[in-house]
Amino acid sequence: MNDLPVPHLVTGVRRETADTVSITLAPAGAEALEPFAPGQFAMVYAFGVGEIPVSVSRIGRRELVHTVRAVGAVSAALCALRPGARVGLRGPFGTGWELERARGRDVVVVAGGIGLAPLRPLVLAALDTRRAHGRLNLLIGARTREDLPYADQVRAWAHSHGALHCGATVDRPSPGWWGHVGLVTTLLNEARFVPENSTAYVCGPEVMIRATARDLLHRGVRADRIRVSLERNMRCATGHCGHCQLGGVLLCRDGPVIGWDRAASLLDVREL
Amino acid sequence: MTSATTLSSALPVEHRDRLMRLAREVSFEAGTRVFEEGRRADRFWIIRTGTVLLDLHVPGRRAAVIESLGHGELLGWSWHYAPYVWQLGAEALSPVRAWEFDAGTVRALCAQDAEFGRSIATWVGRVVAHRLQASRMRLLDLYAPYGSGSPA
Repeated sequence: MNDLPVPHLVTGVRRETADTVSITLAPAGAEALEPFAPGQFAMVYAFGVGEIPVSVSRIGRRELVHTVRAVGAVSAALCALRPGARVGLRGPFGTGWELERARGRDVVVVAGGIGLAPLRPLVLAALDTRRAHGRLNLLIGARTREDLPYADQVRAWAHSHGALHCGATVDRPSPGWWGHVGLVTTLLNEARFVPENSTAYVCGPEVMIRATARDLLHRGVRADRIRVSLERNMRCATGHCGHCQLGGVLLCRDGPVIGWDRAASLLDVREL
Repeated sequence: MTSATTLSSALPVEHRDRLMRLAREVSFEAGTRVFEEGRRADRFWIIRTGTVLLDLHVPGRRAAVIESLGHGELLGWSWHYAPYVWQLGAEALSPVRAWEFDAGTVRALCAQDAEFGRSIATWVGRVVAHRLQASRMRLLDLYAPYGSGSPA
Protein backbone atom coordinates (compact mmCIF):
# COMPACT_ATOMS: atom_id res chain seq x y z
CA MET A 1 0.00 0.00 0.00
CA ASN A 2 1.45 3.36 -1.03
CA ASP A 3 1.40 6.47 1.11
CA LEU A 4 2.03 8.73 -1.84
CA PRO A 5 -0.05 8.83 -5.02
CA VAL A 6 1.36 6.68 -7.81
CA PRO A 7 1.01 8.34 -11.22
CA HIS A 8 -1.43 6.59 -13.52
CA LEU A 9 -2.45 7.23 -17.12
CA VAL A 10 -6.02 7.30 -18.30
CA THR A 11 -6.12 4.64 -21.01
CA GLY A 12 -9.85 4.59 -21.61
CA VAL A 13 -13.00 6.56 -20.91
CA ARG A 14 -16.53 5.24 -21.23
CA ARG A 15 -19.66 7.23 -20.52
CA GLU A 16 -22.08 5.06 -18.54
CA THR A 17 -24.94 7.52 -17.90
CA ALA A 18 -25.50 11.26 -18.23
CA ASP A 19 -23.43 11.96 -15.11
CA THR A 20 -21.34 8.81 -14.71
CA VAL A 21 -18.12 7.81 -16.43
CA SER A 22 -15.84 4.77 -16.19
CA ILE A 23 -12.16 5.57 -16.50
CA THR A 24 -9.52 2.94 -17.11
CA LEU A 25 -6.17 3.59 -15.43
CA ALA A 26 -2.76 2.00 -15.92
CA PRO A 27 0.50 2.76 -14.11
CA ALA A 28 2.39 5.57 -15.84
CA GLY A 29 5.76 4.06 -14.91
CA ALA A 30 7.34 1.01 -13.37
CA GLU A 31 5.73 1.56 -9.99
CA ALA A 32 2.36 -0.12 -9.59
CA LEU A 33 -0.10 -0.57 -6.76
CA GLU A 34 -0.65 -3.89 -5.04
CA PRO A 35 -3.55 -5.95 -6.39
CA PHE A 36 -7.05 -4.82 -5.45
CA ALA A 37 -9.78 -7.12 -4.18
CA PRO A 38 -13.43 -6.57 -5.17
CA GLY A 39 -14.97 -4.06 -2.78
CA GLN A 40 -11.75 -2.21 -1.98
CA PHE A 41 -11.21 1.38 -2.97
CA ALA A 42 -8.46 3.71 -4.11
CA MET A 43 -7.88 7.37 -3.34
CA VAL A 44 -7.93 8.98 -6.77
CA TYR A 45 -6.16 12.30 -7.06
CA ALA A 46 -7.20 14.74 -9.79
CA PHE A 47 -4.05 16.84 -9.86
CA GLY A 48 -4.70 20.43 -8.89
CA VAL A 49 -8.28 19.71 -7.79
CA GLY A 50 -8.32 17.14 -5.01
CA GLU A 51 -8.55 13.52 -3.96
CA ILE A 52 -11.60 11.28 -3.43
CA PRO A 53 -12.20 7.63 -2.61
CA VAL A 54 -13.47 5.53 -5.51
CA SER A 55 -14.15 1.80 -5.51
CA VAL A 56 -12.78 -0.37 -8.27
CA SER A 57 -15.44 -1.40 -10.77
CA ARG A 58 -13.19 -3.76 -12.73
CA ILE A 59 -9.84 -5.28 -11.89
CA GLY A 60 -7.48 -6.14 -14.72
CA ARG A 61 -3.95 -7.48 -14.63
CA ARG A 62 -2.39 -4.03 -14.92
CA GLU A 63 -5.42 -1.82 -15.39
CA LEU A 64 -8.10 -0.70 -12.97
CA VAL A 65 -11.50 0.70 -13.88
CA HIS A 66 -13.14 3.27 -11.64
CA THR A 67 -16.72 4.39 -12.22
CA VAL A 68 -17.22 7.96 -11.09
CA ARG A 69 -20.39 10.01 -10.78
CA ALA A 70 -19.95 13.75 -11.19
CA VAL A 71 -21.41 15.13 -7.96
CA GLY A 72 -18.60 17.44 -6.77
CA ALA A 73 -15.52 19.30 -7.94
CA VAL A 74 -13.12 16.34 -7.85
CA SER A 75 -15.53 13.79 -9.29
CA ALA A 76 -16.51 16.23 -12.05
CA ALA A 77 -12.82 16.73 -12.86
CA LEU A 78 -12.31 12.95 -13.03
CA CYS A 79 -15.34 12.57 -15.29
CA ALA A 80 -13.88 15.17 -17.65
CA LEU A 81 -10.56 13.33 -18.09
CA ARG A 82 -9.56 12.13 -21.53
CA PRO A 83 -7.20 9.30 -22.53
CA GLY A 84 -3.60 10.30 -21.90
CA ALA A 85 -4.42 12.37 -18.83
CA ARG A 86 -2.66 11.60 -15.57
CA VAL A 87 -4.06 11.01 -12.10
CA GLY A 88 -2.54 9.92 -8.80
CA LEU A 89 -3.67 6.72 -7.16
CA ARG A 90 -3.26 5.42 -3.59
CA GLY A 91 -4.43 2.06 -2.41
CA PRO A 92 -5.76 -0.53 -2.18
CA PHE A 93 -7.70 0.48 0.92
CA GLY A 94 -10.32 -1.05 3.13
CA THR A 95 -12.04 -4.39 3.37
CA GLY A 96 -13.31 -6.27 0.34
CA TRP A 97 -16.50 -8.20 -0.30
CA GLU A 98 -14.75 -11.48 0.53
CA LEU A 99 -16.46 -13.81 -1.90
CA GLU A 100 -14.84 -16.75 -0.13
CA ARG A 101 -17.44 -16.27 2.63
CA ALA A 102 -20.04 -17.50 0.13
CA ARG A 103 -18.27 -20.74 -0.68
CA GLY A 104 -20.86 -23.49 -1.04
CA ARG A 105 -23.75 -21.06 -0.58
CA ASP A 106 -26.19 -19.20 -2.80
CA VAL A 107 -25.06 -15.68 -3.56
CA VAL A 108 -27.42 -12.67 -3.58
CA VAL A 109 -25.95 -9.42 -4.87
CA VAL A 110 -28.20 -6.36 -4.47
CA ALA A 111 -27.15 -3.07 -6.04
CA GLY A 112 -28.79 0.34 -5.89
CA GLY A 113 -27.85 2.88 -8.59
CA ILE A 114 -24.13 3.53 -8.80
CA GLY A 115 -23.75 0.95 -6.01
CA LEU A 116 -23.46 -1.55 -8.84
CA ALA A 117 -19.93 -0.24 -9.54
CA PRO A 118 -18.14 -1.77 -6.54
CA LEU A 119 -20.24 -4.93 -6.88
CA ARG A 120 -19.35 -5.57 -10.52
CA PRO A 121 -15.91 -7.10 -9.79
CA LEU A 122 -17.60 -9.36 -7.24
CA VAL A 123 -20.14 -10.56 -9.81
CA LEU A 124 -17.39 -11.16 -12.38
CA ALA A 125 -15.33 -13.06 -9.79
CA ALA A 126 -18.36 -15.14 -8.82
CA LEU A 127 -19.00 -15.98 -12.49
CA ASP A 128 -15.36 -17.02 -12.84
CA THR A 129 -15.62 -19.33 -9.82
CA ARG A 130 -19.22 -20.42 -10.23
CA ARG A 131 -18.58 -24.02 -9.18
CA ALA A 132 -17.49 -22.83 -5.75
CA HIS A 133 -20.90 -21.31 -5.04
CA GLY A 134 -24.57 -22.11 -5.27
CA ARG A 135 -26.97 -20.07 -7.36
CA LEU A 136 -25.89 -16.55 -8.22
CA ASN A 137 -28.38 -13.66 -8.17
CA LEU A 138 -27.85 -10.04 -9.17
CA LEU A 139 -30.69 -7.63 -8.34
CA ILE A 140 -30.38 -4.02 -9.44
CA GLY A 141 -32.43 -0.93 -8.65
CA ALA A 142 -32.05 2.35 -10.52
CA ARG A 143 -33.88 5.62 -10.93
CA THR A 144 -34.57 5.17 -14.64
CA ARG A 145 -33.31 3.00 -17.48
CA GLU A 146 -31.04 5.85 -18.49
CA ASP A 147 -29.46 5.87 -15.02
CA LEU A 148 -28.56 2.18 -15.08
CA PRO A 149 -24.76 1.81 -15.25
CA TYR A 150 -23.25 -0.87 -17.51
CA ALA A 151 -26.63 -1.08 -19.25
CA ASP A 152 -25.43 -3.35 -22.08
CA GLN A 153 -23.76 -5.76 -19.68
CA VAL A 154 -26.79 -5.80 -17.35
CA ARG A 155 -29.17 -6.44 -20.22
CA ALA A 156 -26.96 -9.29 -21.45
CA TRP A 157 -26.85 -10.77 -17.96
CA ALA A 158 -30.63 -10.40 -17.57
CA HIS A 159 -31.30 -12.24 -20.82
CA SER A 160 -28.61 -14.88 -20.50
CA HIS A 161 -30.73 -17.30 -18.41
CA GLY A 162 -27.48 -18.96 -17.50
CA ALA A 163 -25.48 -19.17 -14.34
CA LEU A 164 -26.65 -15.75 -13.21
CA HIS A 165 -30.20 -14.76 -12.33
CA CYS A 166 -30.29 -11.03 -13.02
CA GLY A 167 -33.26 -8.79 -12.34
CA ALA A 168 -33.51 -5.03 -12.62
CA THR A 169 -36.09 -2.52 -11.49
CA VAL A 170 -36.49 1.22 -11.90
CA ASP A 171 -38.44 3.88 -10.06
CA ARG A 172 -39.64 5.50 -13.27
CA PRO A 173 -39.95 3.41 -16.42
CA SER A 174 -39.37 4.97 -19.82
CA PRO A 175 -40.60 3.52 -23.13
CA GLY A 176 -38.69 0.37 -23.98
CA TRP A 177 -37.87 -0.50 -20.37
CA TRP A 178 -37.67 -4.29 -20.13
CA GLY A 179 -37.52 -4.89 -16.36
CA HIS A 180 -39.58 -4.30 -13.25
CA VAL A 181 -40.89 -1.10 -11.65
CA GLY A 182 -40.55 -0.54 -7.91
CA LEU A 183 -38.16 -1.01 -5.02
CA VAL A 184 -35.22 -3.32 -5.50
CA THR A 185 -36.38 -5.47 -2.57
CA THR A 186 -39.36 -6.68 -4.62
CA LEU A 187 -36.88 -8.52 -6.85
CA LEU A 188 -36.04 -10.80 -3.92
CA ASN A 189 -39.36 -12.59 -4.51
CA GLU A 190 -38.08 -13.94 -7.83
CA ALA A 191 -34.47 -14.53 -6.81
CA ARG A 192 -33.28 -18.12 -6.55
CA PHE A 193 -31.76 -18.70 -3.15
CA VAL A 194 -32.21 -20.58 0.08
CA PRO A 195 -31.97 -17.85 2.73
CA GLU A 196 -30.54 -20.09 5.42
CA ASN A 197 -27.71 -21.04 3.06
CA SER A 198 -27.00 -17.73 1.36
CA THR A 199 -24.52 -14.89 1.53
CA ALA A 200 -25.70 -11.45 0.42
CA TYR A 201 -23.71 -8.45 -0.77
CA VAL A 202 -25.46 -5.07 -0.77
CA CYS A 203 -24.37 -1.63 -1.95
CA GLY A 204 -26.34 1.53 -2.64
CA PRO A 205 -27.89 4.45 -0.76
CA GLU A 206 -28.02 3.63 2.94
CA VAL A 207 -31.82 3.74 3.10
CA MET A 208 -31.84 1.11 0.38
CA ILE A 209 -29.15 -0.93 2.20
CA ARG A 210 -31.18 -0.89 5.39
CA ALA A 211 -34.43 -1.88 3.67
CA THR A 212 -32.68 -4.68 1.78
CA ALA A 213 -30.85 -6.02 4.83
CA ARG A 214 -34.06 -6.06 6.88
CA ASP A 215 -35.89 -7.90 4.10
CA LEU A 216 -33.09 -10.44 3.79
CA LEU A 217 -33.08 -10.94 7.56
CA HIS A 218 -36.85 -11.45 7.57
CA ARG A 219 -36.45 -14.10 4.90
CA GLY A 220 -33.90 -15.93 7.03
CA VAL A 221 -30.44 -14.78 5.87
CA ARG A 222 -28.06 -14.53 8.83
CA ALA A 223 -26.98 -10.98 9.74
CA ASP A 224 -23.28 -11.81 9.55
CA ARG A 225 -23.80 -13.19 6.06
CA ILE A 226 -25.22 -9.90 4.80
CA ARG A 227 -22.20 -7.85 3.69
CA VAL A 228 -22.86 -4.16 3.10
CA SER A 229 -20.63 -1.35 1.85
CA LEU A 230 -20.89 1.92 3.75
CA GLU A 231 -19.53 5.30 2.81
CA ARG A 232 -18.48 8.31 4.82
CA ASN A 233 -16.10 11.18 4.24
CA MET A 234 -12.84 9.32 3.67
CA ARG A 235 -9.78 11.57 3.62
CA CYS A 236 -6.55 9.84 4.71
CA ALA A 237 -7.80 6.29 3.96
CA THR A 238 -5.33 4.96 6.53
CA GLY A 239 -7.40 5.17 9.70
CA HIS A 240 -5.70 8.25 11.13
CA CYS A 241 -7.76 11.36 10.42
CA GLY A 242 -11.08 10.10 11.75
CA HIS A 243 -13.25 11.76 9.11
CA CYS A 244 -14.88 8.46 8.19
CA GLN A 245 -15.63 7.41 11.74
CA LEU A 246 -19.02 5.79 12.22
CA GLY A 247 -19.51 4.77 15.84
CA GLY A 248 -16.48 2.73 16.76
CA VAL A 249 -15.66 1.96 13.15
CA LEU A 250 -13.22 3.78 10.88
CA LEU A 251 -14.77 2.94 7.54
CA CYS A 252 -11.62 3.51 5.48
CA ARG A 253 -9.80 0.85 7.51
CA ASP A 254 -12.48 -1.37 9.10
CA GLY A 255 -14.82 -0.96 6.11
CA PRO A 256 -16.17 -0.03 3.71
CA VAL A 257 -17.51 -3.59 3.61
CA ILE A 258 -18.78 -4.87 6.96
CA GLY A 259 -21.34 -7.39 8.12
CA TRP A 260 -24.90 -6.35 8.90
CA ASP A 261 -24.41 -7.72 12.43
CA ARG A 262 -22.10 -4.70 12.97
CA ALA A 263 -23.67 -2.22 10.56
CA ALA A 264 -27.29 -2.41 11.76
CA SER A 265 -26.76 -0.52 15.00
CA LEU A 266 -24.46 2.02 13.31
CA LEU A 267 -27.16 2.99 10.83
CA ASP A 268 -29.75 3.42 13.57
CA VAL A 269 -27.84 6.39 15.03
CA ARG A 270 -29.33 9.72 14.00
CA GLU A 271 -26.81 12.22 12.66
CA LEU A 272 -26.53 15.56 14.41
CA MET B 1 -37.81 -17.88 0.73
CA THR B 2 -40.81 -15.83 1.77
CA SER B 3 -41.74 -12.20 2.17
CA ALA B 4 -44.18 -10.83 4.71
CA THR B 5 -46.81 -10.17 2.07
CA THR B 6 -46.87 -13.36 0.02
CA LEU B 7 -49.80 -15.67 0.63
CA SER B 8 -47.64 -18.54 1.82
CA SER B 9 -46.35 -16.59 4.81
CA ALA B 10 -49.16 -14.13 5.44
CA LEU B 11 -52.07 -16.50 6.17
CA PRO B 12 -52.37 -19.40 8.61
CA VAL B 13 -52.40 -22.72 6.76
CA GLU B 14 -56.04 -23.39 7.60
CA HIS B 15 -57.19 -20.05 6.20
CA ARG B 16 -54.90 -20.29 3.22
CA ASP B 17 -56.35 -23.68 2.31
CA ARG B 18 -59.84 -22.32 2.73
CA LEU B 19 -59.08 -19.39 0.44
CA MET B 20 -57.37 -21.58 -2.14
CA ARG B 21 -60.47 -23.77 -2.41
CA LEU B 22 -62.12 -20.73 -4.01
CA ALA B 23 -59.29 -20.21 -6.51
CA ARG B 24 -59.65 -20.56 -10.25
CA GLU B 25 -56.67 -20.91 -12.56
CA VAL B 26 -56.45 -18.20 -15.20
CA SER B 27 -53.85 -16.95 -17.64
CA PHE B 28 -53.34 -13.67 -19.46
CA GLU B 29 -51.45 -13.01 -22.67
CA ALA B 30 -48.85 -10.28 -22.59
CA GLY B 31 -50.57 -6.94 -23.14
CA THR B 32 -53.92 -8.02 -21.67
CA ARG B 33 -55.66 -5.38 -19.55
CA VAL B 34 -56.51 -7.22 -16.35
CA PHE B 35 -58.56 -4.39 -14.86
CA GLU B 36 -59.20 -0.71 -15.42
CA GLU B 37 -59.01 2.18 -13.00
CA GLY B 38 -62.49 3.32 -11.88
CA ARG B 39 -64.22 0.02 -12.69
CA ARG B 40 -65.85 -2.27 -10.16
CA ALA B 41 -63.33 -4.35 -8.22
CA ASP B 42 -65.10 -7.70 -8.28
CA ARG B 43 -62.10 -10.04 -8.42
CA PHE B 44 -58.51 -10.35 -7.28
CA TRP B 45 -55.56 -12.51 -8.19
CA ILE B 46 -52.42 -14.09 -6.80
CA ILE B 47 -49.73 -14.14 -9.46
CA ARG B 48 -48.10 -17.52 -10.03
CA THR B 49 -45.80 -16.63 -12.93
CA GLY B 50 -45.18 -13.56 -15.04
CA THR B 51 -45.31 -9.86 -14.36
CA VAL B 52 -48.21 -7.39 -14.15
CA LEU B 53 -47.80 -3.62 -14.37
CA LEU B 54 -49.97 -1.30 -12.29
CA ASP B 55 -50.67 2.00 -14.00
CA LEU B 56 -52.42 5.30 -13.49
CA HIS B 57 -54.43 6.96 -16.24
CA VAL B 58 -52.99 10.33 -17.21
CA PRO B 59 -55.42 12.22 -19.49
CA GLY B 60 -53.99 12.85 -22.92
CA ARG B 61 -50.85 10.83 -22.25
CA ARG B 62 -49.63 7.29 -22.02
CA ALA B 63 -50.63 5.65 -18.71
CA ALA B 64 -47.95 6.10 -16.03
CA VAL B 65 -46.60 2.79 -14.75
CA ILE B 66 -46.44 2.86 -10.95
CA GLU B 67 -45.20 -0.58 -10.00
CA SER B 68 -44.78 -4.12 -11.23
CA LEU B 69 -45.94 -7.23 -9.41
CA GLY B 70 -44.63 -10.75 -9.80
CA HIS B 71 -44.59 -14.24 -8.39
CA GLY B 72 -46.61 -14.77 -5.21
CA GLU B 73 -47.94 -11.24 -4.99
CA LEU B 74 -51.51 -10.09 -4.50
CA LEU B 75 -52.91 -8.32 -7.54
CA GLY B 76 -55.67 -6.00 -6.40
CA TRP B 77 -56.76 -4.88 -2.95
CA SER B 78 -59.59 -2.47 -3.83
CA TRP B 79 -62.03 -5.39 -3.74
CA HIS B 80 -61.58 -5.50 0.04
CA TYR B 81 -62.54 -1.91 0.84
CA ALA B 82 -65.66 0.04 -0.08
CA PRO B 83 -66.49 1.46 -2.58
CA TYR B 84 -64.85 -1.60 -4.28
CA VAL B 85 -63.52 0.38 -7.21
CA TRP B 86 -60.06 -0.14 -8.77
CA GLN B 87 -57.70 2.68 -7.88
CA LEU B 88 -55.22 1.75 -10.64
CA GLY B 89 -55.22 -0.17 -13.91
CA ALA B 90 -53.32 -3.41 -14.49
CA GLU B 91 -51.74 -4.90 -17.59
CA ALA B 92 -49.84 -8.13 -18.15
CA LEU B 93 -46.26 -7.33 -19.14
CA SER B 94 -45.51 -10.94 -19.96
CA PRO B 95 -47.66 -14.08 -20.18
CA VAL B 96 -49.18 -14.41 -16.72
CA ARG B 97 -50.58 -17.39 -14.83
CA ALA B 98 -52.57 -16.57 -11.72
CA TRP B 99 -55.09 -17.77 -9.19
CA GLU B 100 -58.30 -15.79 -9.57
CA PHE B 101 -60.81 -15.21 -6.75
CA ASP B 102 -64.34 -13.86 -6.81
CA ALA B 103 -64.34 -10.88 -4.45
CA GLY B 104 -68.00 -11.17 -3.44
CA THR B 105 -67.59 -14.81 -2.42
CA VAL B 106 -64.47 -14.07 -0.33
CA ARG B 107 -66.08 -11.05 1.31
CA ALA B 108 -69.14 -13.15 2.19
CA LEU B 109 -66.91 -15.81 3.73
CA CYS B 110 -65.12 -13.10 5.72
CA ALA B 111 -68.47 -11.89 7.04
CA GLN B 112 -69.52 -15.43 8.04
CA ASP B 113 -66.27 -16.40 9.74
CA ALA B 114 -64.70 -13.63 11.84
CA GLU B 115 -61.37 -15.47 12.28
CA PHE B 116 -61.01 -16.02 8.56
CA GLY B 117 -62.10 -12.45 7.92
CA ARG B 118 -59.47 -11.12 10.33
CA SER B 119 -56.74 -13.16 8.63
CA ILE B 120 -57.71 -11.86 5.22
CA ALA B 121 -57.93 -8.27 6.49
CA THR B 122 -54.51 -8.57 8.13
CA TRP B 123 -52.99 -9.97 4.94
CA VAL B 124 -54.50 -7.32 2.67
CA GLY B 125 -53.65 -4.58 5.15
CA ARG B 126 -50.05 -5.78 5.30
CA VAL B 127 -49.83 -5.71 1.50
CA VAL B 128 -51.23 -2.16 1.40
CA ALA B 129 -48.86 -1.02 4.18
CA HIS B 130 -45.89 -2.61 2.43
CA ARG B 131 -46.72 -0.87 -0.85
CA LEU B 132 -47.30 2.44 0.94
CA GLN B 133 -43.89 2.15 2.59
CA ALA B 134 -42.26 1.26 -0.73
CA SER B 135 -43.93 4.27 -2.37
CA ARG B 136 -42.69 6.53 0.44
CA MET B 137 -39.14 5.28 -0.02
CA ARG B 138 -39.32 5.93 -3.73
CA LEU B 139 -40.44 9.48 -2.94
CA LEU B 140 -36.94 10.01 -1.53
CA ASP B 141 -35.55 9.62 -5.04
CA LEU B 142 -32.77 7.58 -3.49
CA TYR B 143 -30.64 7.17 -6.57
CA ALA B 144 -30.53 10.83 -7.48
CA PRO B 145 -27.37 12.81 -6.70
CA TYR B 146 -27.58 13.55 -2.98
CA GLY B 147 -30.65 11.28 -2.89
CA SER B 148 -32.40 10.80 0.44
CA GLY B 149 -31.33 14.18 1.75
CA SER B 150 -28.32 16.38 2.20
CA PRO B 151 -25.29 15.23 4.19
CA ALA B 152 -25.55 16.00 7.90
